[in-house]
Amino acid sequence: MLEVRALNAYYGKSHILQGVDLDVGAGEVVSLLGRNGVGRSTTVKAIMGEVRAVGHVRFKGTDIAGWPSYRIARLGLGYVPEHRDIFPSLTVRQNLALGQKKAGLDGRWRADDMLTMFPNLARRVDTAAGVLSGGEKQMLTMCRTLMGDPELIMIDEPTEGLAPLIVKQVGELIREIARRGVAILLVEQKLAIALQISNRVYVMGHGRMVFQGTPADLKASEAVRREWLEV
Amino acid sequence: MAELIIISTLNGVLFGLLLFLMASGLTLIFSMMGVLNFAHASFYMMGAFIGFQIAKWAGFWPALILAPLVVGLAGAAVERFGLRTVHAHGHVAELLFTFGLAFVIEEVIQIIWGKSPVDFRVPRALDFPAFTIFSTNYPAYKLFMLAVSISIFVALFWLLKRTRVGMIVQASLTHPKMVAHLGHNVPLVFMSVFGVGSALAGIAGVIAGPALVTQASMAALLGPILFVVVVVGGLGSLQGALIASLLIGLLQTFAVSVNLSLADIFAGSGFTPAPKTILEDLWRVTIAQVAPILPYLLLMIILIFKPTGLFGTRES
Repeated sequence: MLEVRALNAYYGKSHILQGVDLDVGAGEVVSLLGRNGVGRSTTVKAIMGEVRAVGHVRFKGTDIAGWPSYRIARLGLGYVPEHRDIFPSLTVRQNLALGQKKAGLDGRWRADDMLTMFPNLARRVDTAAGVLSGGEKQMLTMCRTLMGDPELIMIDEPTEGLAPLIVKQVGELIREIARRGVAILLVEQKLAIALQISNRVYVMGHGRMVFQGTPADLKASEAVRREWLEV
Repeated sequence: MAELIIISTLNGVLFGLLLFLMASGLTLIFSMMGVLNFAHASFYMMGAFIGFQIAKWAGFWPALILAPLVVGLAGAAVERFGLRTVHAHGHVAELLFTFGLAFVIEEVIQIIWGKSPVDFRVPRALDFPAFTIFSTNYPAYKLFMLAVSISIFVALFWLLKRTRVGMIVQASLTHPKMVAHLGHNVPLVFMSVFGVGSALAGIAGVIAGPALVTQASMAALLGPILFVVVVVGGLGSLQGALIASLLIGLLQTFAVSVNLSLADIFAGSGFTPAPKTILEDLWRVTIAQVAPILPYLLLMIILIFKPTGLFGTRES
């Protein structure tokens, strides 16, 4: 579904992505692991057209390299950035509504589903989203992107800075996304979650892939974990 | 005194709403681009002149509709073919671009219509006194300006706060990238906001043209005041722009009609400054004489004590 080949990106003179190769199949859950600063977020930003990059990016057979973000999103690629960019002056309901690409365009996800799943959001559905807690904002950004009915969703660090209880909820939502047949590319620090829910994992180091395999392969490969993951 | 208060209030509100027509567009464009559009008042002037020309050919009412459309399209074209490219080179480049554009518009208007004021008249249907308070005849045209400004203000608020397009615009003002990631055409939103903002300035130009003087310096006369409104009101805040517009409108109208000086205020105190000193000169300056300074003084005070403006959330 998503094929990335020889992707290179630069910030000024720094060569951030040095030939990244990555695949995500339909309905597959793939995690992108690695320490901070190795280029995981840049990889998803480059796929989404937010960072200028050189290389091949194909989504559903279409070459999307160089496309503006909104066209990539319309093709069915969802992206939840790590900064929980909710629209603070709009209400929770309005935030969800803007996730839909056209008004009333219902896909796999409806606002009511989301609100049933997350009673905290339901209680604040008509309040300005700016006052939500960090965990609620994270749920809202994920739900909002799902409202656009993506076929593949890229989620960047969804559990960063969240309390354990909220991390569990995020994990449940990710499982639910997978259950409904949506492919997931997850950028994550917390190894435990990634290993539990992923079909395959990639490990990144210094701007390129240093490992790919199943969670079981990664568990078995202590050398990779020690060199590229453990702090 | 009552007459002065009533007439000044009406005029102040009118001037304030006229400012709001321009400031609303400017403040939206400001929060989108992050820089002031120096050419915004030029679109107002363009509206007045194009309105004048269409009024000459086809009458005032077609001019009221067509001139803002032409100005709006011109604004959209400036964004699409100019600013969008310049944007990549940073804020200073954008600022200089709009600065240059303001001069280009002014020069072109001078080439076409000359330097002297043109004879843009109030339409005959509105050329009568609406009512008489005490001894003052209040012109019907001013009430018409008031009505147009209020209708546009209501329509704009409804559009921004109650429609999906308005929500997309609001979200794009603060998080353009995220809005694009959700599949909304943000470049189109920017171009439309620029176009609509310019068209609003154009409407202000058409309706202000016959009431004020339609001349090639009208943009330069009004432009600086607009910046005051946007900064005082707060970046990107329509409510702020409205309050600040009315505040400045009333401040200016009242100040010019108050002939009080420090000498009058302290007349009973028995203090008189020594003759032929600077203090004596200051003592005799009337509020009307310093009226033009007041908005800029307010601008400086706001920037020092509340840089986000009265209603803004982001620093200007």
